[in-house]
Amino acid sequence: MSDTAQHVTVGPSPHITSPATCTGIMLWVVAALVPVSVWAVVSMGWVAAQLLVVCIGTALATEAAWSALAKRPGTLTDGSALVTGLLLALSLPPRTPWWMAMVGALVAIGLGKMIFGGLGHNLFNPALVGRAFVTLSWAGVLAGGQWFKTLEASGAGLDAITGATRLGIAAADRVASGGYGFDLAAQYRPLLWQNLEGSLGEISAALLIAGGLLLIVKGIIDWRIPAGYIGTVALISWAFGSDPVFHVLAGGVMIGAFFMATDYVSSPMSKTGRLVYGIGCGLFNGLGRFVGSMPEATTYAILFMNGLAPLIDRMTRPKVFGVVKTRA
Amino acid sequence: MVVGNARFRGGVHPPERKEATSGLAVTRVPVPSRLVIPMSQHLGAPCAPVVAVGDHVRRGQLLGDVSAMVSAPVHASVSGTVSAIGPVLTTGGTRVAAVTIQPDEEQDLEAYVAVVVEGDDRDRVRAAGIVGMGGATFPSVVKLTPPKDLAIETVLLNGCECEPYLTCDERLMVESPERVVAGAQHIRDIVGAKRVVIAVEANKPAAVEALKAHTQEGVEIEVLPTRYPQGAEKQLIYAILGKEVPHGALPAATGALVHNVATAAAIADALEHGKPLMERIVTVTGAVARPGNYRVLIGTLVSDLIEFAGGLVGDVERVIAGGPMTGQALASLDVPVTKGTSGIVALAKGVAARAIDGDQPCIRCGRCPEACPMGLEPYILATYSGKRMWDAAAERNVIDCIECGVCSYVCPTKRPLLQLIRLGKSAAMSKGVK
Repeated sequence: MSDTAQHVTVGPSPHITSPATCTGIMLWVVAALVPVSVWAVVSMGWVAAQLLVVCIGTALATEAAWSALAKRPGTLTDGSALVTGLLLALSLPPRTPWWMAMVGALVAIGLGKMIFGGLGHNLFNPALVGRAFVTLSWAGVLAGGQWFKTLEASGAGLDAITGATRLGIAAADRVASGGYGFDLAAQYRPLLWQNLEGSLGEISAALLIAGGLLLIVKGIIDWRIPAGYIGTVALISWAFGSDPVFHVLAGGVMIGAFFMATDYVSSPMSKTGRLVYGIGCGLFNGLGRFVGSMPEATTYAILFMNGLAPLIDRMTRPKVFGVVKTRA
Repeated sequence: MVVGNARFRGGVHPPERKEATSGLAVTRVPVPSRLVIPMSQHLGAPCAPVVAVGDHVRRGQLLGDVSAMVSAPVHASVSGTVSAIGPVLTTGGTRVAAVTIQPDEEQDLEAYVAVVVEGDDRDRVRAAGIVGMGGATFPSVVKLTPPKDLAIETVLLNGCECEPYLTCDERLMVESPERVVAGAQHIRDIVGAKRVVIAVEANKPAAVEALKAHTQEGVEIEVLPTRYPQGAEKQLIYAILGKEVPHGALPAATGALVHNVATAAAIADALEHGKPLMERIVTVTGAVARPGNYRVLIGTLVSDLIEFAGGLVGDVERVIAGGPMTGQALASLDVPVTKGTSGIVALAKGVAARAIDGDQPCIRCGRCPEACPMGLEPYILATYSGKRMWDAAAERNVIDCIECGVCSYVCPTKRPLLQLIRLGKSAAMSKGVK
């Protein structure tokens, strides 16, 4: 007899598991977004920090409150509410009123996720649901004067512009005169490194790309989504006779392609499906810019493709080993 | 070098953890104070004991047999006295009839009662009680008797040992390559195949070298990438021949017959020396004081074996019979080693999969469909099974699951995917889904 027997537990095979955990994955996403968040605070000041705190705090509080009211076990430790709050903050302009951001985070977690049954059950990206709610509810406030207004002082030679983003001006110019009032190529550098017109996450495309590549290298996101997305936006910009580099660096394409569209829950699961989905996001984002009524279309392009994700999954099922005829 | 073979879909590469035992020569475990020999150590009909309490038996003597085709007789692994016949707990957690033997003081483990049968080599393989020693324990004679309309062209010997921790097959190939090669040739001759391939994963260079040094005309040694489940029958056939076993068909439909290397060696012993299957190499490793590859008499209790290996060390959470991906967690250590016990792996707390309370959500990360070597979508099969949507699971080919466990392994929320899929699979099978 062995007296150790009583300490031994049984369970179904496999008896070992990979080190990947949900919390670990979420924390990697957060880590990939830390540089851009810090740089936004450094560049834009404490209003940016305030926005981050309000969005993340409200997201966490909403999730905790919902779980408590629904008498379900708490889910804060899975890290998903943290990611949602962070992404929402990065998708909003720094001068978004705190109560507006709060409503956005409440909607993101409540209507974007928990009402469907929590993590894993939502059809749409919660952060984008929150952002869409805010931008639709207070369109005038956000589109006009809420961007960070230090452009005149930024020394970038952009003193004529105060209220709208570079992308918005480009769109307006294109509609008005068929051309651009400024040199798009001159915008590469500020868009890559320090762009004060726009949301927190638009502060630096370079930092977003670095974070996205980190997640690809760590095997956390699939390269097919950002590659399909960014490639398609570039292609469409080129097809419409505009500057592809400007268009992938400006606006929400980078944060959308690397961090929003790659949300596991609301994107397809097969490799082929992810490529199709990425291309679809890029297609609608690109078309939205050139033929839509808004200067930017990232939010709605991804939300639309979220809705198609289950269909894409259904149409790109893997081939079952040994089965020759696929069942319809 | 790994060259020219097809790469099977999906799979994972868990930490191998073979280094503790891969260099250790096989040593014999002394005769324990009692041996418990189950009458069912194989898939198929259990044997009926042919001895009675009080009988004296000799090593190699028949203890139990049955006339069913899918079955394998059981032999005494020591000389001694039958002290009990009755149900005992097995590694699988079931209770089966077993013959308990008190060994004689004097043992000659070199000697045994040879199997003598009238008939051909297939009859001799059956009479020696040989079963698949990789863990599946399917009676070998059945595999050696494929349906008449299926011609076997290639005999594949499985020396992949893709399960982490286990090194018993590796040591067999390093120390007795000539037995493995001889077994392969016997199998080839029995089924009339033309080609013999011994497949070994790239992480066993010593085994490859030993086999190559002893290989015979017409016996090929193929080195495959180290990737679990490389040694799964369908994946192995695909890797070597590039053919998929058709859904619902026998592997023999591809013209291939797969046997484990240890089974082949046992077949060689049976045909050349009339030796019944009475002992096997068992890798005892993980959280034990003296990990090793041990030659163990069938019927030795796991508790005795672990004691011989110096006992469990530290905070052990699970003790596994077999490898950690497909083996069985032991509810008690007082269960006997049987013909299919390739390893005893003690997993410490933190190494063993943690038990998860309550439902875990699928976050749709896509890891399980990517890792599934059968091209299934484990997340949805598990969801259907959990909701008792048996027909939906069957429609998504739940029946094709080979139960390798990579889905559960890769799942970040640690959903019990395989366990749920097993439910769906057994429901589909009981409904006659083909």
